[in-house]
Amino acid sequence: MDFRLTEDQRALRRGVRDLLEGRFDREALRAAVDAGGALDRALWRELGAAGFFALRVPEEDGGVGLGLPEAVLVFEEAGRALLPGPLVATHMAAGVVPGAAEGDVVVTAVEEGLVPWLDEADAVVGDASGAVPMRSVDPLTPLHRVPGNAGATALEAVLLTAAEQVGSAERTTEAAVSHAREREQFGQVIGGFQAVKHLCAGMLVRTELARAAVRAASLTVDPVEIAGAKLLADEAATGNARDCLQVHGGMGFTWEADVHLHLKRAWVRAELRLPAARAEEAVAAGL
Amino acid sequence: MDLSCTDEEEEFRARLKAWLTRELPGLPPKPDPLDWPARRAYDCGWQRRLYDAGYADVQWDASPTQRLIFLEETELAGAPYVGANFVGLLHAGPTIAAEGTPEQRARWLPPVLRGDEVWCQGFSEPGAGSDLASLRTRAVRDGDAYVVTGQKIWTSHAEVADWCELLVRTDPDAPSRHRGITWLAMPMDAPGITVRPLRTLAGSAEFAEVFLDEVRVPVENRVGEENDGWRVTMVTLSFERGTAFVGEVVACRRLLGELARTARKNGTWDDPVLRRRLGRLSAEFQALWRIVQANVSEAQATGGVPGAGGSVFKLHYSHARQELYEAAAAVLGPDALDLGRDWTLDRLSSLSYTIAAGTSQIQRNIVAERILGLPKGR
Ligand SMILES: Cc1cc2nc3c(=O)[nH]c(=O)nc-3n(C[C@H](O)[C@H](O)[C@H](O)COP(=O)(O)OP(=O)(O)OC[C@H]3O[C@@H](n4cnc5c(N)ncnc54)[C@H](O)[C@@H]3O)c2cc1C
Repeated sequence: MDFRLTEDQRALRRGVRDLLEGRFDREALRAAVDAGGALDRALWRELGAAGFFALRVPEEDGGVGLGLPEAVLVFEEAGRALLPGPLVATHMAAGVVPGAAEGDVVVTAVEEGLVPWLDEADAVVGDASGAVPMRSVDPLTPLHRVPGNAGATALEAVLLTAAEQVGSAERTTEAAVSHAREREQFGQVIGGFQAVKHLCAGMLVRTELARAAVRAASLTVDPVEIAGAKLLADEAATGNARDCLQVHGGMGFTWEADVHLHLKRAWVRAELRLPAARAEEAVAAGL
Repeated sequence: MDLSCTDEEEEFRARLKAWLTRELPGLPPKPDPLDWPARRAYDCGWQRRLYDAGYADVQWDASPTQRLIFLEETELAGAPYVGANFVGLLHAGPTIAAEGTPEQRARWLPPVLRGDEVWCQGFSEPGAGSDLASLRTRAVRDGDAYVVTGQKIWTSHAEVADWCELLVRTDPDAPSRHRGITWLAMPMDAPGITVRPLRTLAGSAEFAEVFLDEVRVPVENRVGEENDGWRVTMVTLSFERGTAFVGEVVACRRLLGELARTARKNGTWDDPVLRRRLGRLSAEFQALWRIVQANVSEAQATGGVPGAGGSVFKLHYSHARQELYEAAAAVLGPDALDLGRDWTLDRLSSLSYTIAAGTSQIQRNIVAERILGLPKGR
């Protein structure tokens, strides 16, 4: 047993981080927000070319041929960067819906009575008839509501969503810590105050707990473990975004700070695939 | 990342399971939890059985994976807890193994493994709890011995211990208070030691005050250099926080299973709020077990001593364990007020988890300062 990442896995993570930092930095993120929910097709194709969607498609079928543990690392990075779009649905459709693997086609899915990115998608998994647009709380995830509570979500999709939550939780921890090291009040940096320090420590603990759960579940692919991982990852992403906002004070409450984008996306992801009540029931049923 | 076990490790697991199945039914009945001498005899008897069967040194010498298999299987089978051997097996022993001389290892480690000698931990003092480095117990060199005078407090099972991992101040004038401390192994039968039991809120005399009046401790009992005890202490604490509670996570998973069975029988399972609460706890203990695997993998790769990751684990574990007993109280109803039930005593004990081995506030400081790099301050 060795729970550490292999050299290849570290390299993969570094590669994805570099790609996203180069292609979807903060400026691009804010530009996407200003664009109001239009998907950047060029970026989508670049992600496709980098193997983002074809990651788990077997090599003989033209994919990258890696497994769920690697996909989890990639989606952690996507979550860090707040990369928009129906990433998980398109990834799941790769090898099934033509063009999805290459990033030529955008695929979304109906989940928990919601469809993200419906207007931008080229294909929809599930029945989106009767979809009604809503004013999405997340400026980077347009949402439609559909009648009825459609279909069970694939386990892998739940886990990859959890991985995005872990990435977001990690990012908001870093943001809180770096702000706490710079902002001065009462003649010292606020990171020296225990009340602030303890918020930050709590953020790290939530992240590490969720990360351990998500990565282990990517190896066992056990349904109960995946449900538990989603539960803890949702809590880490939403809880950390809130604490990050608190550490930023008044600045945290502004549109300019990115904190609210993390919080809103975390809310969407928490609701979209296996929300807390059902995740808790799933884990309880395993007792 | 690889959570699988080798064939050899699976063989070890199968052998251990078979042994536990044979051995556990023949164990004597559990002693009264309030009777420490009886508990010592019981815990050491169990340790002796492990030793005779060749499992005792799994705690120290085996691969980390084997050690986790050992903890997992013994706990799942409901084998006795380390109890009186906690300090010896889980942090004094590992400290001596990591920092002691070959002679010291040969002197102290085998008796711990055989269940012949029990250790206690003399770190805290009335004026030095969270602020451990402010300790005042003095040790003055006199020939080939240190002469120790002072007072320790909260020393768990001091009454029944043979040895004490003792922190003393050997240089009161050191430029920093961290630099004048020394780590000693003190025999508990030395003249000048008075142990006065303290009653815990559970009613038992689980810990004690230890008064030290010119106690002579041979210089050869010093682990590490004189005045370098703080560094050795950090090793001890990293074991205490990093690995000592590992087996208990599995115990919690077992307890949670028991609780779910009870809830299904007594109807409380039909309450969705309670059911979901148990589900959440189950996810947390599962994740804690995964953190353990991550920490152990990391420690293995960096030389065997667990890092500050232990504080991350300890923080969440101590909180989750207390939550477990609160949930248990909701399932058990009025039975949760019955001191005759293990659950009630354990619920009371669990109140110490956020205090002992460093309070949650102190662990948060450690996480913030050592992992996140935030400044020391107010
Ligand atoms: C059941 C039990 C068994 C124990 N066994 C042993 C043993 O075998 N050997 C041994 O040496 N010790 C033992 N201890 C002692 C234990 O390590 C101490 O109780 C603990 O470190 C806290 O110290 P204190 O009790 O002096 O509390 P204090 O240090 O006085 O703390 C009181 C409160 O103040 C808070 N506080 C203190 N400093 C800070 C700070 N800088 N920032 C924020 N909050 C702070 C604490 O978190 C706590 O809430 C045991 C304790 C218990 C409860």
